[in-house]
Amino acid sequence: MTEASRQWPLWEVFIRSKNGLDHKHCGSVHAPDAKMALQNARDVYTRRLEGVSIWVVRADHIVASDPDAKPEMFDPAEDKIYRHPTFYKLPDEVNHM
Amino acid sequence: MYTQAMDIPSPERDDALKARGPRSAKDAEYESEFDARVARGEFIEAKDWMPEGYRKTLIRQISQHAHSEIVGMLPEGNWITRAPTLKRKSILLAKVQDEGGHGMYLYAAAETLGVARDDLVEALHSGKAKYSSIFNYPTLNWADIGVIGWLVDGAAIMNQIPLCRCSYGPYARAMIRICKEESFHQRQGYDLLLTMMKGTAEQRAMVQDSVDRWWWPSLMMFGPHDKDSTHSGDSIRWGIKRISNDDLRQKFVDATVPQAKVLGVAIPDPALSFNEERGHWDFGPIDWNEFWNVVNGHGQCNRERLADRIQAWEDGAWVREAALAHADKQRRRDRLAA
Repeated sequence: MTEASRQWPLWEVFIRSKNGLDHKHCGSVHAPDAKMALQNARDVYTRRLEGVSIWVVRADHIVASDPDAKPEMFDPAEDKIYRHPTFYKLPDEVNHM
Repeated sequence: MYTQAMDIPSPERDDALKARGPRSAKDAEYESEFDARVARGEFIEAKDWMPEGYRKTLIRQISQHAHSEIVGMLPEGNWITRAPTLKRKSILLAKVQDEGGHGMYLYAAAETLGVARDDLVEALHSGKAKYSSIFNYPTLNWADIGVIGWLVDGAAIMNQIPLCRCSYGPYARAMIRICKEESFHQRQGYDLLLTMMKGTAEQRAMVQDSVDRWWWPSLMMFGPHDKDSTHSGDSIRWGIKRISNDDLRQKFVDATVPQAKVLGVAIPDPALSFNEERGHWDFGPIDWNEFWNVVNGHGQCNRERLADRIQAWEDGAWVREAALAHADKQRRRDRLAA
């Protein structure tokens, strides 16, 4: 593949909107390296003070669960309702516990 | 907007239609599950199974939407160096930068469907992919910058708000971001026109001239009438399109007529009148010959717009190559140092 036909790699962009909150995925940019990925992410996703911190991660470095494996991944949690506080019916006097 | 090309015949659309339909028992099972999810109002995400027709329709619509944002920078960019004040110039720069940003959000959303950005850009440059016909009209005077914000972005907002609830998650999320920013575009345009209307008779005449030229093309942005819009069925069933072309166009006219009154401009349609029975504004017939003429490449600026895009892409080639070469060199150095 020649230099000219090589596309800039894809980076996923995560932004912390303000301190105290998590970084949240907001989209992706193309860039030849990490430094330019950060600069492009700033220009594309934070033109209106949307963030105080940006993470960029090469898209091909992200490992994702298989959507087809959703049942075996997530169904086991479905019938464990005793993990939620609302499972326990307490007397009215103490139910605010 | 942006999604008008959904209703325009093209080889791409025909491919999308051919790709429809289950090919095996397994696919049929997946497809009925998919239909049920969409019917329940659930979002489809990038790696989820989807019918090939759905995927292709989305690639086509999102990429054409992206191309429209990028080409849309050209008519406005034309006026950056001629803005009358520093304030207006700063606003226009910010708006044009937003349009570029919108293009980037949308290309990124299209890429989640497994298509390479360079291939999308190539489809634009070769003429295979369309962009909104509105950008093939010229910006002849400064009032055009205001009218584009008010009418063209106003029509775009009408089209785009329902897309925030589109069944494809990455597209819906990009549209939410875009709609928030689009509101600034419309308001700055109207504000610009209000200022001109408070000026000299000559300035007021410029605004009227601009409204006269942009009104009908803005109505055409919603695409052909519902009865002529053959492709809407799939898009509506798939939760990509929520409101029909004619309904959106009517909403736009109803919203815009009172705004024109406040501004003090006349809408160039002698048939425009409020229909008490329907509770909507009636308006005159649209010149579809003009619409198809522009869509098919014979508008005033089709050739210029595409030539400008291709030149910008080619002029930037050395930058893209140099940045890659620099990144490669840095990586080699880091490896040697390690």
